[in-house]
Amino acid sequence: MLQTVAADLVPAVEGIGLSRSYGGVRALNNATFSALPGEVHALVGENGAGKSTLIKVLGGRVRPESGTVRVMGENMSFAGPHDAHRAGAWTVFQELTLLPAMTVAENLLFGRPVRNRFKLIDRAGTERAADALLNGLGITYIDPRALVEDISLAERQVVEIARAITQDAKILFLDEPTSSLVEREVEWLFRQIRRLRAAGTSIVFTSHRWHEIRNIADRITVFRAGREVGTYTELDEDHAVTLMTDRRVDALYPARSLLLAPTPTLEVKGLAGTGISGVSLTLHKGEILGVGGLAGHGHRELFFMLFGAARAAGGTVTLNGRPVRLRRPRAAIRAGIALVPEDRKSEGLLLSIGIRENLTLSVLRRVSRFGVIGRRREQALCRQMVDRLRIRSGGLGAPVGTLSGGNQQKVLLGRWLLTDCQILLLYDVTRGVDVATKHEIYDLMMRLAGQGKAILFYSSEAEELAHLAHRVLVLREGRVAAELSGAALTAERIVAASVRDHHAV
Amino acid sequence: MPSEALADRPAIAKPRRRALTHGLTQNAPVLLALTMLIVSLVLYVAIFLLTQHHLPGGFEITTTVNDTMPLAAAAAGQTLVVLTRGIDLSVGGIIDMSNAIAAVTLRDTPASMSLVTVMVLLIGAAAGLVNGLLVAVGRLQPILVTLATLSIFQGIAIRILPQPGGSVPQIYTNILANPNAPWSLVYIALLGALWWAFRRSSLGVAILAIGNDPMAASSNGINVVRARVMAYVLAGMLAAAGGLFLAASATGGDATTGDSFTLRSIVAIVLGGVSLFGGRGSAVGGIIGAFITIMIANLLFFAHVNQLYESFFEGVFLLIAVVAASGIGYLARRRA
Repeated sequence: MLQTVAADLVPAVEGIGLSRSYGGVRALNNATFSALPGEVHALVGENGAGKSTLIKVLGGRVRPESGTVRVMGENMSFAGPHDAHRAGAWTVFQELTLLPAMTVAENLLFGRPVRNRFKLIDRAGTERAADALLNGLGITYIDPRALVEDISLAERQVVEIARAITQDAKILFLDEPTSSLVEREVEWLFRQIRRLRAAGTSIVFTSHRWHEIRNIADRITVFRAGREVGTYTELDEDHAVTLMTDRRVDALYPARSLLLAPTPTLEVKGLAGTGISGVSLTLHKGEILGVGGLAGHGHRELFFMLFGAARAAGGTVTLNGRPVRLRRPRAAIRAGIALVPEDRKSEGLLLSIGIRENLTLSVLRRVSRFGVIGRRREQALCRQMVDRLRIRSGGLGAPVGTLSGGNQQKVLLGRWLLTDCQILLLYDVTRGVDVATKHEIYDLMMRLAGQGKAILFYSSEAEELAHLAHRVLVLREGRVAAELSGAALTAERIVAASVRDHHAV
Repeated sequence: MPSEALADRPAIAKPRRRALTHGLTQNAPVLLALTMLIVSLVLYVAIFLLTQHHLPGGFEITTTVNDTMPLAAAAAGQTLVVLTRGIDLSVGGIIDMSNAIAAVTLRDTPASMSLVTVMVLLIGAAAGLVNGLLVAVGRLQPILVTLATLSIFQGIAIRILPQPGGSVPQIYTNILANPNAPWSLVYIALLGALWWAFRRSSLGVAILAIGNDPMAASSNGINVVRARVMAYVLAGMLAAAGGLFLAASATGGDATTGDSFTLRSIVAIVLGGVSLFGGRGSAVGGIIGAFITIMIANLLFFAHVNQLYESFFEGVFLLIAVVAASGIGYLARRRA
C-alpha cells in the first residue's frame, strides 16, 4: 500500500486544468488529476461528476477544450485513442467497444492479429493465439471463435478487460469495469489488477461499489461537479458520500415502508418459458418484492415475460383477480405494468431526443387534444416530474443521451410514473448509478410503495435487496430456490441461496 | 500469469463449438445465397429444357458468365461501401463513364489496351475518391452524395459518347469476355481470392469494424475517415472494371447501359446476404448474388415472359428471396 506520496515520483498520467462541455453542461471544469506508476487509483463521484469524461480525455477519446494531458511527464495531444495507445495508455470504456459481428479472437487481438508471411491475417492462428491469451488469464469459459454478439454482457466485459490488460500498458483506465461482472469475475479482475500494479502499471478505475474501492484502491480521488474535491489515502464511505454530494446523506437506505393489510395484485402461477420454469409469486399492493440470484438464472426472462416482451410457454398471470394475457408490451402497459430495464439505452430511451419527449412518449394521449400535443400541458407535466425525481440536466429539451446514467434512469422511471402504472418491474435499476442517485431512487421506491404501487425489484446487489424489499425470492436455474423474509432476509442468506440448494441454507 | 482459473463455473462454462458448426454459422448468409443460386440454376435448366427441348450448352454457360461479370464486379464494390454503413448509387454512372471512355479510346494495340485499362480503373478510383471524400470528410449522407454524383457521372458519359458506338478490339473482348468459352470464370475466382485476402488485411478489418460500430472502431485505433474513403475508392475502381467487362462483351460502348447496375448491384448484395445496416457480409456473397440476379433474368427470358413484365417478376423474386433469407435467419437464431 502506498501511504505517502513521494514528491520525486513522476506521475504516470496527469491532467491539469482540463475543461470540456457537452451541450451547455460542463462535464469537466478546470479539473486536475494525477496517478502514479504502480498504484491503483479510484475515481469516485456522483453520476455526471465528470469521472467518465476525465477518463475519455486522458484516454484520447475526447479532446479537452482547455488544459494539459501529460504522460510520464511529457505533454500529450491525443487525436484519438490510437495516440493514447501509442503513449501506453489503454482504456476500458464504460460503453463497451467490442465489434459485435466479429469473433472474440478478432476483437481480443484487434490491431495485433497473427499474420502470415504475406502480411495477411491468419484467422486460425489468431484464434489459437486468443485461446492461449485467454487461458493465460485463467478464462476458459469463453470461446474465442464465438461472435461477440452471441456472448453475454458479462463475458463481453471480461473480453474487453482482457484486451486492455494484455497490451503492456503503462496506464490502464477502467471505467466501471465491474458494472456487469459477477462476484467471481470481480475477484478475477482484482487479481489481474494486483499483478499489473506489482509490474508498475498505473491503474485508474471508477466504481460505485464501495467495498471494491476499499478492497483495491491505494488512493481515492473524489470528483464533484466537473472537478476534483481532493485525493485521499484513507476515506470512509460516509465521508466520501458527503464529499461527493456536498451534503450529508444520513443513511443510504431509507426505512422500509409499512405493509399493513396486504392485498394481492399480481399473481403468477407456474410461469414457464425460455430460461425459467414453474415460477410462482404473489405481489401485493404497496409491497416491494425483491428478486435475487446470480446473473443468468432467469431474472431477465421473468421480467421480460411479465412485461410481455418475451413469450411465456406456460403458466397463468392474474391481475387484481382477473387473468391477463401479456403477449406484448402494449398489453402490459395497458394493464398498468411498467418495466425499467438495466440497459436503459437499448431498452426504452430515445437518446437523441429531449427529456420532454422521452417523458411523455407513453402518455401522448393525455397531453394532446384532437391528436395535437398541448405544449404547455406537456411542459408543466414534465417540470413537475423533473422536480419530483430531481433530474439534473441542461433543460427539458436536452437530448437524453447527454445525461448521466443515473439521470437517464430517472427519466425512464418518470415516463412510467406518468402512465399511472400500478405495477413497477424494476430490473437492476441502480446498476452503474452513483450513491447519491441511488439514495434518491430508494427514497422514490419507498414513496411509491407507500402510495400503494406494487414493485417487483431485481438487483444484482444482495445488500440492496436485503435493505429495501419486504420479501425476497431467490431464483436459481430459472426456479424459485428460496423465499426470504423477516429475520431471514439478509444479504448473506440471499447470496447463499443463489448458489446452493434451498434446503441446505 | 496467475493460473487460478475461472473454469469452475458450471453455470457459465459452455462447450466449444465444433469446427463445422462454427463454419456453418459464421457463413450462413453466403451458404443461403449458394442455396438460392442452386435453386435458380435448377429452375433455369428445367425451363430451358421445357421450352428449348435440350439442355443448356456451352453457349448458354458462356453468355451467362459474361453477363454476370460486370454485375459481379459492381456488386463486390457495392459490398465494400455497404459494409461501412454507406451506399453507392453512383455505381451505374461510373460504369457508364468507363464504358464510354473504353469504347472511344481503345485501339487494337497491346499498349493502348493496357494503358486504357489502367486509365479507366484510375478514373473509376478518382470518381470513388470524390464520393468518399464527400461522405467521410464532408460528413454528408452517402445516399445524397452518390445520388448527385450518379447524375454527374451519367452526364459525363453522355458527353463522351452521345450515341451508342465506338468499338472494342476483338482481342480485348476475347481476353475479358471470351464469347466462345466461359474464360471469365477466372475473373470471378480472382475477385473471390481478392476478397479473401482483403478480409485478412488491415483495411478489410477496418471497413468491417466501421460497419459494426464506428465509435468502437475509432476507439480501437482505426482511422475511420481513411478506411471509409478507401471503401468508396475501391468501389469506384471495381465499378470501372465492370464497365470494361461490359464494353468487352458488347464489343462497343453505350453511355446508358450501366444505369441499371445501381439497383441491380444492391439487389445482388442483398441476395448475397450483405446487411444494408453494415458490418456483416462478404463480397463472395455479393458475387453469388450477382449470379442469382442474372439467372433470374435468364429464367424470365426463357419462360417467354414479356420483357415489359420483367421488372415485375424481378421484384417478386427479390421479395421472395429477401423474405426467405430473413425468415431462415430468424429460425436459425431461435434455434441457437
